Amino acid sequence: MNKIAKLFVTFISAITLALVSFTSSFAKVEGEYIVLGSAISLTGKYSSNGVHTQNGYNMAVDRINKMGGVEVQGKKYKFEIIYYDDESNPKRAAQLAERLIKQDGVHYMLGPYSSGLTKAIAPVTEKYKIPMVEANGASRSLFTKGYKYLFAVLSPANQYLEVAIDLAVEKNGGKGVKIAQAFEQDAFSQDVRLGILDAAKRTGSEIIIDDKLPKELNDMAATLAKVKAVKPDVLVVSGHTKGALTAIRQISEMKVDVPMLAMTHCDAAKLSKQHGKKSEFALCASQWHKNLSYKDKFFGSGKKYAKDFQKEFGYDPPYQSAESSAALLVFKDAFERANSFDRDAVRDALVDTEMQTFYGNIKFGPGGQNVAKPMILFQVRCKGDDCENRVVAPTKWASDKFYHPIPKWSERS
Amino acid sequence: MDFLIFKAPMLMVQASLDGILLGILFALIAYGMALQWGVMNIINIAQGDLVILGGYIAYTIYLWGIHPAWGVIISPIIMFFVGWALYKLVINKVVDRDLFISILATFGIAIVFQQLMNFIFGADVVVAQSEYGTTMLFDNSVTLPNSKIFSAFISVLYAIALVIYMRKSKLGRAIRATAQNARAAKILGVDTEKVYAATFGINAALCGIAGALISITLTLHPYVGLPYTVRSFMIVIVAGLGNLPAVAVSGMGLGLFEEFADYILGTEFRIGAVFLLLVLILVYRRFKLSRKREYLK
Repeated sequence: MNKIAKLFVTFISAITLALVSFTSSFAKVEGEYIVLGSAISLTGKYSSNGVHTQNGYNMAVDRINKMGGVEVQGKKYKFEIIYYDDESNPKRAAQLAERLIKQDGVHYMLGPYSSGLTKAIAPVTEKYKIPMVEANGASRSLFTKGYKYLFAVLSPANQYLEVAIDLAVEKNGGKGVKIAQAFEQDAFSQDVRLGILDAAKRTGSEIIIDDKLPKELNDMAATLAKVKAVKPDVLVVSGHTKGALTAIRQISEMKVDVPMLAMTHCDAAKLSKQHGKKSEFALCASQWHKNLSYKDKFFGSGKKYAKDFQKEFGYDPPYQSAESSAALLVFKDAFERANSFDRDAVRDALVDTEMQTFYGNIKFGPGGQNVAKPMILFQVRCKGDDCENRVVAPTKWASDKFYHPIPKWSERS
Repeated sequence: MDFLIFKAPMLMVQASLDGILLGILFALIAYGMALQWGVMNIINIAQGDLVILGGYIAYTIYLWGIHPAWGVIISPIIMFFVGWALYKLVINKVVDRDLFISILATFGIAIVFQQLMNFIFGADVVVAQSEYGTTMLFDNSVTLPNSKIFSAFISVLYAIALVIYMRKSKLGRAIRATAQNARAAKILGVDTEKVYAATFGINAALCGIAGALISITLTLHPYVGLPYTVRSFMIVIVAGLGNLPAVAVSGMGLGLFEEFADYILGTEFRIGAVFLLLVLILVYRRFKLSRKREYLK
């Protein structure tokens, strides 16, 4: 090839490239579709919760589109989501976020699953000034970095089990309690731990065991033997589903008697199904429960949402799905109030969000976290071998009284 | 707080018993590793993943309504064939190459197994219920889950059975002959290819037993195989390849070390302590193994 031909080829490729990037930069709204992007864990260790998240998103997209879509400047638009599988890998998630923004021209993002992956994506969306509404990253550190384009519909991780400590103190006649705690060493669980430390300080409680569980751990016998020896008033465990399942298995096998046991991830771990009666009386933090009385016009109530979700996907929705659906409602509301597709206008509208959804009230704090919705606690209760989660706190939605103290193993059948 | 164990002697008893029971289980996995390392000179990084796969087999039969303890019979049978197939597909291509190639190959197998298990069984953590209850000692201050006692008992039983099999049976003798000198064994009419396949199958079967026991004592998840690989690797490094009683002792020693590290250094350093110990031992032994070829007696 001679020089001129080479130059020509280079020129043509440059123009083509320019055209491609030019057209894609307008791809945020294609025809009647508002295109959202999301990197989501469809394979790898988060794949089950990734699928819950995706189902939640899809359910809301269908519902909103069916009920008239999003009205901007008098025209009706529908939502559409581009998904990529991030393989539960933070690096991959960040790459895919970049790809969604730069190649696919997405201008509005939905969050991935887990705090870790959200942490990986947030700097990217921030860099390109892309508003991201996320529903599955609760780590407190997400909300202390001064991100301006990150909005979370869920309560931050440090609030997960604070309520449990308050409850224990209340049962102790307002006096401080002795706390034993074991937390996995990951961003989320350590944030839950910080919440407990705050609550302990506030209530004058004392932390007598403070174990950090390694990620690979599936044996808590040593921690539990210590708990048995020092007899705390409350035992707090957070280590995702593995932590919850290991704790219940070994607490029941080692006959560890504690008056109160509080955990996270009970519903994701299907605790009451996998461990049955052994899990009874465990207190669990949750972002949402279908029995709460919040309402919106798209999904009706939590109960109705659960019913529709069950019909569509064949299982009872975990809170991960509910909060993901709520993220779409937030976007719709923000687009309509902004009445524009300008990213900054949408971002400003998101800042002013104040709404009720079936999942809970949503109002964003200065760090982007949802400040309008309290965490709830439920307790596993069994009738025969049939166990279910009943809401016990906050009292406004409690369907059952909090059972305290947990009967000793020698008295349990 | 960290030194609670020295204040309460019962904790010492609890930790020792927990450690020993767990250690026996590790020793079983390590025995499989020592066997195929000694015979085929392959360090199997996928060892832990074979264990987890064995666990999932037990979990599957548990879902079908069969008691998961039957897993200790069903799982090794299935796993033997998995091991055999794995040998025919991959391992036979790397068996005569250097150690590094085999590490790479088994590392690849480990990843494939993790993803497959994730795909088939899902990413949720699962447990199988044995409902074996608990043995209480010293006025309830020391509790031992019967499932752990059961698992230690089964491990010992299988280990003894395997030792007898290796001594008495034709295949056992062929395996030992191949371990001593593969070329000589071949000249004397041993079908080494078959011996290798059987060895890998037996190793996988041992992993299957261990996995079934883990499904009723601990928890299963597609990505928790690696710690089992590391532990068995370490036990083998300490014990050497040819010494079965040493494998058992070093397995229990590791179990004890882990439990005590948990109490004294803190739970967060438990696995870290295992890795640290591994590094120290490797430095101490300076890969004596590669200089002096040991074999299974």
